[in-house]
Amino acid sequence: MKLFKIRGGVHPHDNKHLAAGQAIEDLPMPALLHIPLQQHIGAPAKPAVRRGQQVAKGELLALSQGAISAPVHAPTSGRVMGVGSYPAHHASGLSVRTVTLKPDGEDRWSDEIQGVPDPFALAPEEIAARVAAAGIVGMGGATFPSAVKLNLRTRYRLHTLVINGAECEPYLTCDDRLMREHAEQVVDGVRIMAHALGVDRIIVAIENNKPEAQAAMALAASMDARIRIARLPTRYPMGSEKHLVQALTGRETPARGLTADIGVVVHNGATAFAVHEALRSGRPLVSRVVTVSGGAVSRPRNLRVPLGARVQDLLEHCGGFAEQPARLISGGPMMGQPLPSTRVPMVKGSNGVLALTTAEVARHEPMPCIRCATCVQACPCGLVPLDMAAHTRAGDLEGAVSLGLMDCIGCGSCAYVCPAHIPLVQYFNYAKGEMAARGRAKQKMTETKRLAEQRSARMEAIKQAKREAMAKRKREAAAKKAAETAAAETAAMTSGAAAEPPATTAEA
Amino acid sequence: MQIEIPASSAGPFAHARTSIQRTMALVMLALLPATLFGFWQFGWPAIFLFFATVGTALLAESACLKLAGKPQRLYLLDGSALLAGWLLAVSLPPWAPWWIGAIGAVIAVVVAKHVFGGLGQNLFNPAMVARVALLISFPLEMTSYVQPMPLFSADAPGFLQSVGISLGQPGFDAVSGATLLSHVRTELSQGMSLSEIIPGIAHLVSGAVGTIAGSMGETSALLILLGGLFLLAKRVITWHTPVAMIGSLAILATLMNLYDPEHYAGALYHIVSGATLLVAFFIATDPVTSPVSKMGQIIFGASCGILVYVIRTWAGYPEGVAFAILLMNACTPMIDHYIRPRVYGRDRRGTPIEYADNAEMRK
Repeated sequence: MKLFKIRGGVHPHDNKHLAAGQAIEDLPMPALLHIPLQQHIGAPAKPAVRRGQQVAKGELLALSQGAISAPVHAPTSGRVMGVGSYPAHHASGLSVRTVTLKPDGEDRWSDEIQGVPDPFALAPEEIAARVAAAGIVGMGGATFPSAVKLNLRTRYRLHTLVINGAECEPYLTCDDRLMREHAEQVVDGVRIMAHALGVDRIIVAIENNKPEAQAAMALAASMDARIRIARLPTRYPMGSEKHLVQALTGRETPARGLTADIGVVVHNGATAFAVHEALRSGRPLVSRVVTVSGGAVSRPRNLRVPLGARVQDLLEHCGGFAEQPARLISGGPMMGQPLPSTRVPMVKGSNGVLALTTAEVARHEPMPCIRCATCVQACPCGLVPLDMAAHTRAGDLEGAVSLGLMDCIGCGSCAYVCPAHIPLVQYFNYAKGEMAARGRAKQKMTETKRLAEQRSARMEAIKQAKREAMAKRKREAAAKKAAETAAAETAAMTSGAAAEPPATTAEA
Repeated sequence: MQIEIPASSAGPFAHARTSIQRTMALVMLALLPATLFGFWQFGWPAIFLFFATVGTALLAESACLKLAGKPQRLYLLDGSALLAGWLLAVSLPPWAPWWIGAIGAVIAVVVAKHVFGGLGQNLFNPAMVARVALLISFPLEMTSYVQPMPLFSADAPGFLQSVGISLGQPGFDAVSGATLLSHVRTELSQGMSLSEIIPGIAHLVSGAVGTIAGSMGETSALLILLGGLFLLAKRVITWHTPVAMIGSLAILATLMNLYDPEHYAGALYHIVSGATLLVAFFIATDPVTSPVSKMGQIIFGASCGILVYVIRTWAGYPEGVAFAILLMNACTPMIDHYIRPRVYGRDRRGTPIEYADNAEMRK
């Protein structure tokens, strides 16, 4: 199909050869699983199990809370050792609420797990509800609860479902292998999602460095005339949702908008596979395919991993380190984040564990910017990264924002090509975080001010009420007194002193 | 307020094989053929001048780094001072005494670069600042050109004689010659017509090959062009600036030539003579002092071309390139302010684009 040009982008050395030839293998069940209750964007899930409880595979461990949330299920059968805190799958290394599960080795599915004979007979909202109940989130890394995206039909006019199989990050091959080995299941999931969204145009987009995946998906999709396979040029960040849609449709998503604004919804290929599992077999999302790669890994592989397995378990299965890694990364080398230790557990959104050597990381001492504009040419968003960085460095964050800071997608193309090795992405992340903090502080200040004003108004009202009450009491007292006097006089008058007029009347 | 951000906390964890050193090295590699040709054409005095200029540039850089408290190794080896000295050297009359090069190098590195804050901070191209300062301060030395006397040829000065020339002692009977540009200019001002001044295209051919009087590294248009194409191929520069500059100069020259062929020379003459190509490929493309957007670079380049033509044709100096560059350098911040790439999802004014599809649904 015809593709459209997108601007910018880079051609990093993809290093896919390390793991692309490795068929998906099951990771042997570790002795313990640490399953975080927040594996998605949105509100964390609420624990539904107690210490000591026996659970079957697929049983609910935690319930979703709120509109944007996802439940968490047991990745295998076993006993709950506790609900406590454990280091998160995050660069900070901070702890999050985590269920620790001791597998019993039987890997027995819950009896309640049941698929739907014909998902296409279901109403769209029913599919979305089942996807929500299965705890499925975007598996490309963003971890946005998928059911929310499947419900966009209610608020937008949609016409196209795009399946993101670009996998433009170097090293990562898990989507490639999944599409190669499970093309039929992926296509089935894609068709179910299309049914839920009510669209009749489906585009599966795969980069040209994955010809086997393209062929397998084309074959599996041949029975459905609505599905087209788009063969994308290999270029980073082709997998960025908005740029992918632009390459396929030629249209840009409005700034601060969603692709749904132009009628397109994008889902990841691995998400489609999870949807297939959830609808056909009733299985919730409890495992995923992960690429373990990098020059420091002895035997790079693609593993199907139960959620909650530690990074260490994966690395050990891949033969440990061939050499001391300079950096341990979750995700790809362009947008992935560094991991603080090998203890952290695998989560729904982690598509890669990379152990990179010093040579691969290629970190140099930053030099001054020479305004070479390589970053300007590389930016897929049409920004001028060198100017944004200069403003950020000078502390002028509003200046950086006026130059388009908030339109930056953080893809790292600019930092990748910068000959001065300036950590541009870090500047922008810092500025974005600081702006968000300032926004919160400002909001807090407004809120405090509002409360203070309300309080003083309230105090004033109370004072006023008191004054009025006092005045009222005085008036009442006076009236009472007057009434008493009047009564007394009346009594006096009626008691015989009728000839003598009342003193008050005389004075008046 | 200055923000310090640790260099290791976030990605990308991959990097293209580029560095400032590599960029500078590629530019020097591109300059090498024209420079070596200049050495051969103009002999030992040119070689001495080159080393005096480059050596002084490095010494001045080192001194400035020391004063600024910056790490010597990292910054001295970034290649920027070496390149500034080199570019200045190739734009000087090849037999100029050593102190011309030395003073120029000090002006380039100290005044034009470090006074502004060092690498990446200068508003004007250091080599061009130095060249213009020298031209105004030492007009005699800066306009004394010699005819090429290839190294080891019978007419060429020997090594010791060359030392004398470099030290500024008169004695060697050099055949001084006007550059093509100054020759044409002088004759035109005498009321001669172009057809009398330039007999045929012989001048232009020697201008292209480089067997004429001129600056040390500027005489061979072909070798400069070769270096420029190398930089384009290596993606050190993009086509926008050089094509815009040469294009606007050529168009203007052609139009004026059509209007009055006897007084206004054609496009080829303007392109092969003087520093046109050297500046188009090596100076106007200086990242520090030129705009960052492609449209900005086209505006910058085209304006340079127009200014070069105007200065050469109607102003007081035969060679207008250095002036044109400095004038446009001053405009770079303004061009960068007004000419920006269009941001994704927004129109040119920065308003989010709007489609009919879901516009009413968004409200």
